[in-house]
Parts: sequence; C-alpha cells; structure tokens
Amino acid sequence: MTYIAKPKFHHPGLPKNELGYTHRDYEGKISTLCAGCGHDSITASIIEACYELSIEPHRVAKISGIGCSSKTPDYFLGNSHGFNSVHGRMPSVLTGANLANRELIYLGVSGDGDSASIGFGQFAHSIRRGVNMTYIVENNGVYGLTKGQFSATADFGSKSKKGVTNTDNAIDLVAIALQLGATFVARSFSGDKTQLVPLIAAAIRHKGASFIDVISPCIAFNNHAGSTKSFDYVREHNDAVNRLDVLVGRDPISVDYAPGTVQVVEQHDGTRLALRKLDADYDPHDRLGAQNFLQKHAAKGQIVTGLLYVDPEADDLHAHLNTVETPLNTMDERALCPGSAALEKINASLR
Amino acid sequence: MPEQSPISSVNDFVVRFANVNGSGSASANELFARSILRHGVPVSPRNIFPSNIQGLPTWYEVRVTEAGHLGARGGVDLMVAMNPQTWDKDVASIEPGGYLFYDSTKPMPSSKFRADINVIGVPLTAITNSTYSDPRQRQLFKNIIYLGALSALLEMDPKVIEQLIGEQYKGKEKLLSSNVHALHLGRDWALQNLKCPIGLRVKKADKVGDRIFMEGNSAAALGAVYGGATVCAWYPITPSSSVAEAFTSHCKKLRHDPETGKAKYAIVQGEDELASIGIVIGASWNGARAFTATSGPGISLMTEFIGLSYFAEIPAVIMNIQRAGPSTGMPTRTQQCDIIACGYASHGDTKHVMLFPEDPAEAFEFAAQSFDLAERLQTTIFVMLDLDIGMNHRLCRPLKWDDARQYDRGKVMTAEMLEEGRDFGRYLDVDGDGIPYRTYPGTHPTKGSYFTRGTSRDRYARYSEEGAVYVDNMQRLVRKFETAQDMVPRPLQANAGKPTKCGVIYFGSTSPAMDEAIGLLEAKGHHLDRLRIRAFPFHSSVASFIADHDFVYVVEQNRDAQLRQLIVNENGIDPVRLVPILHYDGTPITARYIANAIGDHQDHLKVTPLRKAVS
Repeated sequence: MTYIAKPKFHHPGLPKNELGYTHRDYEGKISTLCAGCGHDSITASIIEACYELSIEPHRVAKISGIGCSSKTPDYFLGNSHGFNSVHGRMPSVLTGANLANRELIYLGVSGDGDSASIGFGQFAHSIRRGVNMTYIVENNGVYGLTKGQFSATADFGSKSKKGVTNTDNAIDLVAIALQLGATFVARSFSGDKTQLVPLIAAAIRHKGASFIDVISPCIAFNNHAGSTKSFDYVREHNDAVNRLDVLVGRDPISVDYAPGTVQVVEQHDGTRLALRKLDADYDPHDRLGAQNFLQKHAAKGQIVTGLLYVDPEADDLHAHLNTVETPLNTMDERALCPGSAALEKINASLR
Repeated sequence: MPEQSPISSVNDFVVRFANVNGSGSASANELFARSILRHGVPVSPRNIFPSNIQGLPTWYEVRVTEAGHLGARGGVDLMVAMNPQTWDKDVASIEPGGYLFYDSTKPMPSSKFRADINVIGVPLTAITNSTYSDPRQRQLFKNIIYLGALSALLEMDPKVIEQLIGEQYKGKEKLLSSNVHALHLGRDWALQNLKCPIGLRVKKADKVGDRIFMEGNSAAALGAVYGGATVCAWYPITPSSSVAEAFTSHCKKLRHDPETGKAKYAIVQGEDELASIGIVIGASWNGARAFTATSGPGISLMTEFIGLSYFAEIPAVIMNIQRAGPSTGMPTRTQQCDIIACGYASHGDTKHVMLFPEDPAEAFEFAAQSFDLAERLQTTIFVMLDLDIGMNHRLCRPLKWDDARQYDRGKVMTAEMLEEGRDFGRYLDVDGDGIPYRTYPGTHPTKGSYFTRGTSRDRYARYSEEGAVYVDNMQRLVRKFETAQDMVPRPLQANAGKPTKCGVIYFGSTSPAMDEAIGLLEAKGHHLDRLRIRAFPFHSSVASFIADHDFVYVVEQNRDAQLRQLIVNENGIDPVRLVPILHYDGTPITARYIANAIGDHQDHLKVTPLRKAVS
C-alpha cells in the first residue's frame, strides 16, 4: 500500500509533546502488513513511546533485518534514517552504526526468524557486547512472508495452520538475553499497549543492551487453535510480573499506587522507572532469580511478561572500548591522521 | 671431497633455515636477515610455515641479493638443517656445490649426506648443554649459537649483530648480555674449528639506502590509520589476522586523545566474518570510515553484504590477504586466487573495485586511498594483498604522507545544503558521474532522511519493482563504475630497451620476480614491454597496451588465469592474444619460473608463429 500517499493534514488541536511535536510527526508510511497484524500494534507503541519521551524524530536510527517485522521501520519515525539490511544481520549493522556515532538512539527491529534462526549468533553477540540499543523482537513464532513455516520460537507441540505439529524445542530469546548479560530484559504482548509503551520508553532511556521480546500474533498464519502465539492463547497464559511507568524529569512516585507495591528504579540518565508490582516476590534486579522465575513459569505453560531484569548502572560497548565522547563519524584528518613527522619516526624504526 | 666445486658467491645466495614450529627460531632467523641488511646488502626473507602452532616443520628463507632482487629465487645454497623430520628433503633441496649446516652432536651415517655438497657440522646441542641447564634457555640460545657460527662462516661483522641485539633488548641488560654471549659461543667455536669463511660471503655494501623493512599487513594497517579508519571489525583468519592486530597496536600509539587518553577508534573482534562486514557497513552507513581484513573463506562468507554495499551504495573497505584456495585450501600458502571472487562478489549483476599493491609501501598507500575511494564511490573497495606481501618482511621505499592531504568524504549532503533547498534524491545522479548524494543519519529534523534497503527503489529511495526504475538504477551503477576507472591507481608501463611486439601484464606480489625475469629474458634475447595493473576497473591503457602488442603474457598466481578472464570479459579482448603464465603451487612465483615459461613460449613462437597456427 506504499503507493497510497498518507495524508499529512491533522486536527489542529492534536496534543503536542515538550518539543512541540504531535503523534503524527512520529509516524511513517502506511503499513503494508496484513490488517490486524500484531506488528502494527508494536509500531503504534514505538510511535507512542517516542512521542512521550519527546525524542527528536531524526535522532533515531532504526535498523532491521529481513521479514515482516523488519519492514516495520518504514511505518514509524518517517524523519529518521532507516536501514532494512540483510536477513539476520541487523545486530551487526546496528553495532557498526552505533560505533560510528554514539549520540543517536538505536532502535533494532527484528523478528523471530531474523533473530532466533539465521541471526541467532548476531543477536547473541550484540547482547554480549552491551551495544547501547533497544532491540525489539516482534515474535510470532512463524515465517509469515514465506507463508507459514515454523520459526525457532514456536513451542514444542504447537500446531501450524496446516496442522503440522512442531517437534523442535523452542528458543526463548528472553532467557538467552538474560544469560548473555543484557542489562534490560522485558517481554510483552503486542495486544497490551499499556504494558508495552512504557517498556519501550524505558528501554530507549536505558544505557546498554535493552532487549524486548514482544509476542505478536500472526493474523494470517499463526492465530489458530493449537498455536501458542495466538491472541487467545497469549491472553489466557499471560502472567505479568509488573506494570511500568516511565518518569522523565518528574516526581518519581505516582500517588495512584498503594504503598509497598511500587518500586522505583533510577537509570543512568535520571529516568525513573516506577514499577507497579503484580507479583510480590519478583525482584527485577536479580538476574539469577529472573532466569529461575522464567523457567518455572514456562514449565507451567505461562508466558511471563513485564520488566524482567534491569541493571540501572549498566555500561555499554563504548565504555568497554574507551572511545572518545565525540562521535567518530565527525572526525577529520586533523583528528585522525598522525601526519608525516610520526611517519618518519616509524620509517626510522623499520631500518 | 665433493665432486662439485663449492659455490662461491658474495652477497648473492639463498640461505634456508629448516626449523620446528614453536622452537623460538623465528626471532633468531629474523635477526640474521636484519643483520645482513645492516651490512648494506638487500635481503628478501620468506616464512614458509604450516597451519600449526607447535611441532610441525617450518622454514625461513633468506635471499641475500646485492642486486636487489626481492622475489623468491628458488633453490638453496646454504641449508641450516635444524629439523630431523625434514632432513632428507632439506638435504635434497641444496644446489650442487651448496652447503649443509647441521648440528653434529650426534654422528650421522654418511648415507644421510650427499657427495656433491659441503657439509658443515657444529655440535650445537653439546655447546648449548654444556653452557645452559634450563631447558627453555637451551632451546632459545641454540638458535643464537647457530647464528653466531653462521656469522663466522659468512664473514659477517659481529658488531652489526651485537648492535641489533642491543636495539632489541634495550633496557633489558641481562637478556642483552646473555644473547651476545651465546652469539660469541657459536662464532668462536666456528672460528676455532672450521675453515671460515666458506664460499658464500656477506660483504659490506651500500645498496639498501633509505629503504624500510616491513610486513605488508602492518603497512596496510598503518595506511588505515593514516586514511582515517575509525572502525575496524574483524574475525581471525590466516594470513590476515596481523592486519587487525597491527591496526590495534598502531592505534594504541597514534590514536589516543592526549588529554583524555580515550580512543579515537573502535575495534571489534566479530563473532564471524558476516558480523565483521555488517559492522563495517553499519559504521560506513553512519559516516565513519570502517574496514575489515580477511582472506578467501571470509570473502565467501561476506558476499551477501558485499552485494548490499554495491546495491544500496554503502562504502566499505575489505583488505583481502589472499591465500591458496579453494575451500580451506592451503591456509599458510600464497596465491592470487580471489580476483574473480572479489571482482564479481555476490549474486545478481555486481562489480567491485579492487586495488593490487605490489609491496608494503603500496599497501600503505592503497589502504589509505581505499577510504577516499569507498566514500567517493559509495561502494566496497577491495585492497588485495596476499600472504607473500602480507606476512613477510619486504624491503621497500619509505612511507610518505603529505600533511596537506585532506580526506575525500565524497558526496554528503549537509543540513545546510538541505536548508538551502537542494533536491535530495538518495539515488539521483545529479552530476552525470553515476554518484548520488547521501546524508548521514540524524542530519536534519525534517529533510534528507531516507530508507536504506537492498530491494529495488527509485531515485528518491522509494521502494519500487517497476522494470524501468530498476534498469535506470542498474545503468547508473554502470556509469559509476566507469567513473571509478579514472579514480583508481593507473597501470604502470615499462618498455623494453628495444621495440617489441610482445608484452607482459602482471600485478601484486609478482612484481619483484617479474622485474628480475625481464633481465633473465633479455639476456636470452627476449624483449618484453611490461604493464603492471594496479586496480580494477581497468584503465583504458590496459586495452591499448594489448592492442599495441601481438602477444601479451598475463602472469598470475592462480590456476584459472583469473585476471586474464577479467581482462577478456571486461575489455572484449580475443583470448588468444593473452597467453597465461600461471604459478599456483602455493610458493611465491620466481623469476626463474617466469623466465622459463615465457622463454619456452617465445622459442616456440620462433618455430611456428602462433598467428599462423591458429588461423
């Protein structure tokens, strides 16, 4: 539907954020995905999160791989540079982009085929390195564009639309991200915007590798009985451990919550995350506990959602590499070239 | 007594050290080569090593060449046989009248020697064991002891070696004096017990000049530092790993902010070659100068991204240190075998720029230039070294840099230009050279953003599967490649002393052997004009050189005459006119090989002109 121009006019009374932008300024082209696709809901949540954070739209670089999910960066932040790269290789392209200019916000959008199969290695290694990014997997458990093959996140025993039972074990990307040292790990559901929007906002503000697994039912190929990624199944088995509010430059405690049920987490940049605890025993600072909690609930067939782990003091790849504060892409020969005198010394040492 | 008279030669011979990998011989052998250089006599050393860490045979060959022939010569005049595993082959490889130097601590049966060579026994193990008790010391100093003995046999100046040891162990007095002591142990034993010198001698000369002695990989890495590379992503693979390692050490010395101590570079060891090139493409897309270094198998893995770089027009620099393929091939042997793989890398219609340096000095220059070319042309630039240039010390002219030189960042549309209302079409050919403008991410709040993709799109980067739109874009890419022709290093021509209808085309590490072969051929009355190709796409002078000659030999180090194929294909040349001269056994090509192959063909021509034979 990209041939249909998206109308630019909007209601003059549309609310504006701190920078004076409306929602519409964070939108992109018209989606070409199927009507009702969960991915479009995620797109809407990204738009909402960026609007609420008052991010300058052009200061985001949105990078994806190949697949339905990877098409979505065209549908939000139309004034941002986007890069629809190579299947499974979003993480490496994003890593390189991030090294070149540490001042932009990096949004990596991928799918379960892109990240759990062909790009499983790149997913793992970008997380390991602590690249400062928000890595969103739009997880529908199926290859949509090629018409319904199982992906590696499809649960063992789940049924495809054609009635085939999956006999391979599923990869839980959240469990892997926790094990690999991601410093912000969350899971959500495309149908739960209230939970998802603050998670995306918090992940963007997080310095370090943020990973969000968003279960996003495929309306065309994975929304039937027997699927464990359908709207009905996810709604029935969703076990949210917390609900989040992201507070930027405002008072941390929201009076709406009963005392003792809110946990405030302050991130590097001053952002405060107000976590409304739904599960009294859940501690989002305990990596081991999170892994354990996840496994236990998975065994019971429950899909744990919410902010599962955050390390508010995290560092990123630039800190590990001790790179200069100035973006590398702005440096010229005066900053980078050692010059002829240094070269003469090198020549002398080679005789 | 040998029937053959002993080889007698001053400053023109080949010494080969046969060692066991991991025995610490490499530094002693390199010291030998450097000390001859310090006598003012050019040397050309080569490592011949296995894909192994410890235990397998390894050789180090030093061609001593006052005439300055830096190619491999072939044959061995003096074999330093320190490896029992390869004894028989090593002894057999000595030229008649040559010399065998060995550890005579244990007696060897006479059947293990040859009658036509001169045998020099030094009881190295006995000397070592009587002096040192620590096993590691015994192993390391044995190497220095044989170096000492060789210095006496070849009439080298011990002061020169001592000075080099002094430079190497500056500030480490204990190591310094113990090395000098070991040197003299061997030297004194030889002087007292052997006839010194032998027929091979090193005599002081003044033929090195201001030249430097450097490995191509280190030079290419230094070129990347000078060329402004800030992002390097790589995955270890022989023989390219030392490019990234050298880049790291050069950057540590040259690229830290003096005030904050912070790094003006980022180096990532990727999880594989796919990630390495992905990081390079991401960084280049975002306006940094980025490169990776790899070898054949890495190129195979990177081809999908290389196609993206071509089609989405993203700069990238890939240094390919070629080794013998296909597949894992011979990982520690040299070849020029990735010409087609790189020139046409990736699916669909693609073509890529390749630069072919001949030595470390050119590796430095081309590496630095490759970043200008990558950003100007917005595509992948291959810097094509090989193991012979990359992993061996080569004597070459000193590296030069013009401080007035500015980086060519190519066509980048800035926020100011966008504000002025300049029409920005990411794939719009505004200047007729096929090169569009790009913007860096984050340039302007409302103008200049675009969506980068590997799918077909129109001039304004809008997705399109319209046939005409696709063809328009593909034709522009052809125009851009034509533009590249006049930007890349031009071929260098050197004509024979006499007018001739025969020419020879060669490139890369073949250079020194080719130059030497010309002399050998001229001595036999064969005159050839030479053209050294330094880049692809080929400059128009390649076609005119071929047109000007009846026959052109194309000398290369691969089986399938890949450069010749590329010339035939790109210039529509009649293949009959290009005679392939191919060397691909993994050893560096020699002047003798080239001269024999071309000489045979020329002699054959005299009997039956090929033109008649094929007409």
